[in-house]
Amino acid sequence: MHEAILQTENLSVSFDGFRALNRLDFSIERGELRVVIGPNGAGKTTLLDAICGKVTPTEGRVLFKGQDLRGLREYQIVHLGVGRKFQTPSIYRDHTVFENLELSFKAKKTVFSTLFAQRTPTLREQIHRILELIGLQNKSGLRAGALSHGEKQWLEIGMVIVLDPDLLLIDEPVAGMTDDESEKTGELLKSIAQDQAILVIEHDMTFVRQIAKTVTVLHEGALLFEGPVDEVQRHPRVIEIYLGREKGAHAQH
Amino acid sequence: MEPQAPSDVSPQAPRVLAVASPDHTLRDPYRRVSAGVGLIIAALVLVVVLPLLNVIGRPLPGTEDVGAWYWISDVELNLLGRYLSYALLALGLDLIWGYTGILSLCQALFFCFGGYCMGMYLSLQTGAEGVYESTLPDFMVWNRVTELPLFWQPFHSFWFTMALIVIVPSLFAFIFGFLTFRSRVRGVYFAVLTQALAYSTWLLFNRNSMNLGGTNGLTNFKKIVPTFFGHATTFRLSEPGVQRGLYVVTALFLVAAYLLCRWITRSRLGRVLTAIRDNENRVRFSGYNPANFKLFVFTLSAALAGVAGALYVPQTGIITPGKMSVAASIDMVIWIAVGGRGTLVGAVLGALIVNAGYSYFTTHFAAYWPYFLGLLFVAVVMLIPRGLIGLPAQLRERLARSSRRGQTE
Repeated sequence: MHEAILQTENLSVSFDGFRALNRLDFSIERGELRVVIGPNGAGKTTLLDAICGKVTPTEGRVLFKGQDLRGLREYQIVHLGVGRKFQTPSIYRDHTVFENLELSFKAKKTVFSTLFAQRTPTLREQIHRILELIGLQNKSGLRAGALSHGEKQWLEIGMVIVLDPDLLLIDEPVAGMTDDESEKTGELLKSIAQDQAILVIEHDMTFVRQIAKTVTVLHEGALLFEGPVDEVQRHPRVIEIYLGREKGAHAQH
Repeated sequence: MEPQAPSDVSPQAPRVLAVASPDHTLRDPYRRVSAGVGLIIAALVLVVVLPLLNVIGRPLPGTEDVGAWYWISDVELNLLGRYLSYALLALGLDLIWGYTGILSLCQALFFCFGGYCMGMYLSLQTGAEGVYESTLPDFMVWNRVTELPLFWQPFHSFWFTMALIVIVPSLFAFIFGFLTFRSRVRGVYFAVLTQALAYSTWLLFNRNSMNLGGTNGLTNFKKIVPTFFGHATTFRLSEPGVQRGLYVVTALFLVAAYLLCRWITRSRLGRVLTAIRDNENRVRFSGYNPANFKLFVFTLSAALAGVAGALYVPQTGIITPGKMSVAASIDMVIWIAVGGRGTLVGAVLGALIVNAGYSYFTTHFAAYWPYFLGLLFVAVVMLIPRGLIGLPAQLRERLARSSRRGQTE
């Protein structure tokens, strides 16, 4: 039985008359790893923003586990089980790697509960598990600002995992990574996708082929095509507006 | 620290950077112990040693004796007591500005709320000992007010006053903070709003119709009469022993506030506060509502400022609207910048040093103080952004950098 964890219905987002998303119907199932591609300005990041409450839809709605997310604040959506990783690494650079994960750790997050919060054995164990998963176990006491770019990306992915969300929204995880790092990131995402649904935005087609089963192609804020990765690459319209353009750009260099 | 090659992240990577202390924080355990000892010594000196020196070094009355060389005079101790009350305020301002990154330019206002509460209590205690031998405060007599305004009534009671000293500024901060933080007013907009608030309140307090003494403020205080278990004890403010007692109480409050702030900044809440300063967006997506955390520190900083103002007033003998001027609040920000943002010791040191400088300058070359203060601020921002407390570390880093450069050449 397939059950959608996330569904957008007729979702539109406009900025000053520009429609970043245009009546988008889209859905993801539990435990699915979905990749969204599309040229610049196709509305990929806006889709993530609309899901996690950063922008308010002008029309339509977002349903997460059947609940309409309209009117909820970002932190409330986080507590419902949506985690977000941003395109450029967004971490706390003056905190240690451990503290970065500790702050994200799934817990009660009111003023008074954080004032009295203790580092419980469960917290330490969980964080050490995540540190191993993201390969930063030797750097837990290091200032996060001192990490390399790739490590910051992993730390942020770790910060999303430690929230224990049911849906992870991941924006361009391998941007600025070496091929080697990019491959490791792919393995990392595949390993967590067994329990949690992941929505990844990515440009890098090698990476997309590595991780994706189903790919969604956005164009001008609307759904262009959705299907297995091989079909996407053969689809004439997709080649024309997206892959072809990229090939053309490569040929010129 | 050298940036790591990106491939160095596999589990087999050499432990070059394995500096992790058992609790995965950046603090060095050795330094933590020595800092603890230093704090205990500093607290003992402030609370016990200095007032003791004021007692035992005292010159014999009626003789030419000028006191022992180690004598702390009444004037000096009283001045230090006022600085300590400023340091108490500085702790709160450092929580909101240094740790959370929110520039509040109305801390002097909260200081005055506490100060005026205390001033109203003291004015009522003066009673018929005033110039006009009326039960009303003197300024009401010349303003031809014949009956004590209703809002003055609670200040007959000592304990009611003590409660209001905390409640008035924190309630005000809570309401103002609730409205601004909820609508995500941030950065320079918040600073400008607080400045406008301080300015408009200053204008209000200058008016005689407010019944708070207008531009002259409240003065001519005689005595404090606290009641303990139904027994009222009179302490006359003109007596050196009472002033010494006020000094000790101020020092104790400072120590207690320091411990409170230290506990807060070292808790997970403290890490959330610095996280808000560094990356508020991420804090939201880590599942926190930043507005509530800001409201908490803003209210706490107002409460600390209120207590500081209440301790300041009986040691100074006067409170005027001048103390809540916009310039006064900006001065306070300079204390923190000079001492070192985001460190509690830095905030205390900054308040003490800048105010000691103020006292020195105003007795020797009074006209130049504003220029000096301005220069000091510019110099600190440009040369030592981490303040005096961060100066040793800054010099060490510069030394390390220049020696490294020497090696590579």
